[in-house]
Amino acid sequence: MGTWTWFHKLASPPHFYRIAGKMIPWYAIPAALLIATGLYGGLVLAPPDYQQGDAYRIIYLHVPSAWLGLLCYTTMATAAAVGLIWRIKLAHALAAATAPIGASFTLLALATGSLWGRPMWGTWWTWDARLTSELILLFLYFGYMALRSAFDDLTRADRASAVLALVGVVNVPIVHYSVTWWNSLHQGSTVIRSGGPAMPPSMLVPLLLSALGFTFLYAALACVRVRGEVLIRERNASWLQELASGR
Amino acid sequence: MSTLTTALPRAAWLVLERELRLAFRRWEQITHPVVFFVMMATLFPLALSPEPALLRTLAPGVVWVGALLASLLALDTLYRGDLEDGTLEQLTLTGQPLGALLLAKTVAHWLLSGLPLVVAAPLIAYALAAPGEAVGTLMASIALGTGVLSFVGSVGAALTLGSRRGSVLLSLLVLPLVMPVLIFGARATDLAIRGEPSTGPVWLLAAMLILAATLTPLATAAAVRVSLE
Repeated sequence: MGTWTWFHKLASPPHFYRIAGKMIPWYAIPAALLIATGLYGGLVLAPPDYQQGDAYRIIYLHVPSAWLGLLCYTTMATAAAVGLIWRIKLAHALAAATAPIGASFTLLALATGSLWGRPMWGTWWTWDARLTSELILLFLYFGYMALRSAFDDLTRADRASAVLALVGVVNVPIVHYSVTWWNSLHQGSTVIRSGGPAMPPSMLVPLLLSALGFTFLYAALACVRVRGEVLIRERNASWLQELASGR
Repeated sequence: MSTLTTALPRAAWLVLERELRLAFRRWEQITHPVVFFVMMATLFPLALSPEPALLRTLAPGVVWVGALLASLLALDTLYRGDLEDGTLEQLTLTGQPLGALLLAKTVAHWLLSGLPLVVAAPLIAYALAAPGEAVGTLMASIALGTGVLSFVGSVGAALTLGSRRGSVLLSLLVLPLVMPVLIFGARATDLAIRGEPSTGPVWLLAAMLILAATLTPLATAAAVRVSLE
């Protein structure tokens, strides 16, 4: 029994299909609890900001979705690299399943930021480094999904889109550091910064809970979507027919 | 041993030479993007106003968007012909690193599609009432910027090879990746037109070109291999 046996076993579609199915509630229930607690803490319990009043409370949606937008891209690119290097089909399935989720989170981050920008900056949109790089991130997701859909052959779609996902990785650090590198209208990082978070715990804890909840939500959605991808890819496999007829 | 070390530069040179020779036998491949570039720039004074002050403020944007679209136009055919007549397959079978050969091909593509835009840029700058002192910066930044476009575009062209509806998809893939080039290129041009020092964005463009020239051939080679499977 080698150390990697569990890994190879996990990469086999039937095994993964079963495990992922079992894992969905284990991700979805904590996600619901954490997001509910985080939002209650953020929208009701946390004190209003001394400058922004109640308008700042949109961060409890905005920051987690922006964070997930980047996390999803990184996950997608890592999975794509794993799929490309070791030719693991399941990794490609994970990358393909992640793209629409990441695009949705990025869109949500842009939309909530825009809603907040209207009262705070006096504009829905501004061509600022953070906003522009986030928009480019959304375009990269669109490009990835468009490239996938342009191939009839799944193996080709997997490998071509994996190359694109890896090329697009250059944008991830640009999004993250855009507020540091440029004099941006978007405020700098308040949570991850040297000298500790610049927020009182009553505001910070709900934000972290919400971010953790969003991460669990991604895991749950990814399980559902990868199962879908496995069904498409293995539609002619005997184990699926046994599974379908056995019920 | 000597044949091993000299074989790669020679193979790369042969690829470059072949591209240039083919292009010179079919001139329109070179002229169409330039003509498009010049015609697009002509549209702006006609559509907006021939007022020099206004044109001068618009010039960086017009020149850069024009250069970007013109080089996209030239990308679609970069690998298609070579895929159809089997040249790409032969390149993968030479035993030389595919990335290096595709690098040579991309350099040839820049000489054929980027360099003409660099040459045409002063004409457009003059037509858009940009001051003469800005022309040097404009040409340098266009040269660097179109270089990045050729390298990134080469990945896009190789990725869309085996796909349906290639050209629209190609712009969807390439445009988000080259937006930084547009930002810094237009910024350099804008600074030069105002008579301010523009070395910062020009160096950034040069850095992007080095990054693109070193990393994208690997991605292009991977993409070409996918399309040949």
